[in-house]
Amino acid sequence: MKIDRRKFIKFTGLTAIGLAGTPAARAFTGEDSLLVNEAGRQPSVENPLTAKRWAMVINLKKCIAQDGCTKCIDACHTVHNVPDFGNPKDEIKWIWKESFEHAFHEQEHEFINEALKHAPTLVFCNHCDNPPCVRVCPTQATWKREEDGIVMMDWHRCIGCRYCVVACPYGSRSFNWRDPRPFIKELHPDFPTRVRGVVEKCTFCEERLARGLMPACVEACPEKAMVFGDLEDADSEVRELLRNNYTIRRKPSLGTMPEIYYII
Amino acid sequence: MLEKALKGTKTYWTLVISIMVIMGVAFLFYLRQYHYGLGVTGLSRDVTWGFYIAQFTFLVGVAASAVMVVLPYYLHNYKAFGKITILGEFLAIASVIMCMTFIFVDMGQPFRILNVFLHPTPHSLMFWDTVALGGYLLLNIIISRVVLDAERKAIAPPGWIKPVIILSIPWAISIHTVTAFLYAGLAARPFWLTAVLAPRFLASAFSSGPALLILLCLLLRKYTRFDPGKEPIQKLALIATYAMAANVFFILMEFFTALYSDIPEHLMHFEYLFLGLDGKTNLVPWMWTSEILALIALVLLINPGTRRREGTLILACVMVFISIWIDKGMGMVVGGFIPNPLGNVTEYMPTFTELMISLGVYAMGLLLVTGLYKIALSVRGEVRA
Ligand code: SF4
Ligand code: SF4
Ligand code: SF4
Repeated sequence: MKIDRRKFIKFTGLTAIGLAGTPAARAFTGEDSLLVNEAGRQPSVENPLTAKRWAMVINLKKCIAQDGCTKCIDACHTVHNVPDFGNPKDEIKWIWKESFEHAFHEQEHEFINEALKHAPTLVFCNHCDNPPCVRVCPTQATWKREEDGIVMMDWHRCIGCRYCVVACPYGSRSFNWRDPRPFIKELHPDFPTRVRGVVEKCTFCEERLARGLMPACVEACPEKAMVFGDLEDADSEVRELLRNNYTIRRKPSLGTMPEIYYII
Repeated sequence: MLEKALKGTKTYWTLVISIMVIMGVAFLFYLRQYHYGLGVTGLSRDVTWGFYIAQFTFLVGVAASAVMVVLPYYLHNYKAFGKITILGEFLAIASVIMCMTFIFVDMGQPFRILNVFLHPTPHSLMFWDTVALGGYLLLNIIISRVVLDAERKAIAPPGWIKPVIILSIPWAISIHTVTAFLYAGLAARPFWLTAVLAPRFLASAFSSGPALLILLCLLLRKYTRFDPGKEPIQKLALIATYAMAANVFFILMEFFTALYSDIPEHLMHFEYLFLGLDGKTNLVPWMWTSEILALIALVLLINPGTRRREGTLILACVMVFISIWIDKGMGMVVGGFIPNPLGNVTEYMPTFTELMISLGVYAMGLLLVTGLYKIALSVRGEVRA
C-alpha cells in the first residue's frame, strides 16, 4: 500500500513545478496545488499520501486576515462527525480558534500589537514528536504511529480515564461526556461516530491520507494558509516554508516537539 | 472466619442495614451516570478530573498509613500496637477497595478497564498504580488473614508471613509515591510539577491515617468491649503530630517556591486556590479552612497537655482529618486544572449525583470496616454481648 519516498517526492515535486516563483510564494499562490495528483491519477486507496513525519505550517497572517472564517473548522467537524452540544461543559472540538494570547501565552507581552493579542489563532493537536498524552495512556489507546509521526486514537480500546487529556499541555483533547450521536448535525457515514466515555482529537486526517487526500482543513482553506507535508523531505513545501520564514511553535520549552508551525 | 461478620447484635445489624440502604441509593445514581455518561458530574473539558479522583488520592493515603502501625509493631517489636495493628490493616483493605471503586466510577468506559491488563503499558504511571494498589490489597488480605487465624487458634503465626509483612512496609510507601507520580510527572500541569508532591502525600497520609485510626479506636472503645489502652493511642497521636508538622512544612515549601520564583504559570494555581482568579473563588473558603484547621490542629498536637487530654486530642484528630481531606480531596486535584493550559479559568464543583455516588463508595468502605472490625473483635472475644 505504501508508496515509496521517491514517488512521494515526485508527487510534491510535480505539484511545485506547475507553480511559479520562490518556494514560499509557491505554497501560497492560491493555486489549487493540493488536489493535483501525479499524472492525472485520482486520489484513492491505491495512491495514499505517505510521509516520514507529517507536519503542518500555518500562515497566521493569512488566516487572521480572513476575519470570522471557519471553513477549516467546519470541514473538519463535518467530515469527522464531531458533535455540537452548544454548551462549553460538554464541548468537543478538534480544531478551533483561540486568542493569540492564550494559544501563545509565553509570547505575549504588555505592549503587544493589540490586533495580534486578540487574533483568533488556529489550534489543534500538534502531533507532538514526544507526546506526553501517549506516555501516560495506560492502554495504548492513543499512540504515535512510528512510520509517519501521527498521534493516533483507538476509540474501541480507550477506557475513558482521561489521563491523556490531563497530560496534554495544549488542551487538544476532548472527552465524550455524553452520547454524541444525537448532536451530530449531518452524519457522515464513511467516518465512525464515537460513543460516550471516550476521548477524541484531531487525527491529522489519517483516514483521508490513506485515500490519497489532503487533510480536510487544509483542503477547505481558501487562502492556503495551512500547508501539510513531510518534514523529513528537504524538498517538501513545509520545509521550504520553514526555511524561508520565521516560525514559532506552542510551548516549545516543554520538549514535546509539536509538529505544527506558525508563521506570524 | 468471615461468618463472624454475620452474627451480631441489633445495633450492629441496624448499622449494617443503614449503610446498605445508602449504598443502594448511591447505586441508582451510578446507574444514571452509567447510562448518561460522566456528563452528570460537574466535570468539563477544562477540569477533566475531579471529586472521584481526588477521593481516590486521599484514600490511597489512608491505605498507606497502615504502615504506621505495622512498622513499629513488626520491625521494632513495639508490643503496645499489638491490639491495633490488625485494625490498621483492615482499614487499609477497606481503603484500597474504595480507591479501586472510585477509579471504576470515574472511567468513561468502565467495562473496558481490563484493557489496562490486556495491554500492559509500563510507560504509564496509571499502569503502575494499578499494580501497586492490587499488590497492596493482596498483601494486606494475606497478612491479616494469616495473623488473625493464628491468633484465633492461639498459636504463633507461621514463619513465612514475616517476610511478607516486611515487604508490605515499602509497598505501602510505594502506593502513595506512585499515586503522587501520576500527577508530578506532567509538563502540562505546573501546579503538580513539584518533587515535594510525593513526600507531601506521604506526610499528609501519615497524619490523617493515624488520626482516623485514633477516632476509630475510641469509637470501638465506646461501643464494644475493645480497649486499645492509653499508650497506643498516645503513640499514634505522636506519629500524627510529627507527620502533620512535616506536612505543614512541605506546604510552606510549596508556597515559597511558587511565591518567590514568581513564575506566573506556577503562581496562578495558588492564586486561584487562595485568592481566586478572574473573580472565580469557589475553592477559596475551602482552602483557607484547610490551612487554618491545620495550624490549630498542629498547636493542639504539639502541646503535650492538649495532646494527652482525650477531648482535645479528638478535636485535633478531627481537624487533621478534615484539613487534609479538603487539601487532597478538593484543592490538590482541581487546583491543577485551574487555570487550564491555555490560561482559561473554568471552575468546578461536584454535582449532587457525583456526591451521592461518592457517598455510596464511602458507605461501602464503612461497611467493610464494620464487618472486618467485627471479625477482628469477635476473634478476640471483645464484642459486647
Ligand atoms: S498536542 Fe496534545 S494530544 Fe496532540 S500529540 Fe501533543 S500532547 Fe498529544
Ligand atoms: S482516556 Fe483513553 S486514550 Fe486517554 S489515556 Fe485514557 S485510555 Fe488512553
Ligand atoms: S488535520 Fe484533519 S482532523 Fe486534524 S484538524 Fe485538520 S481536518 Fe481536523
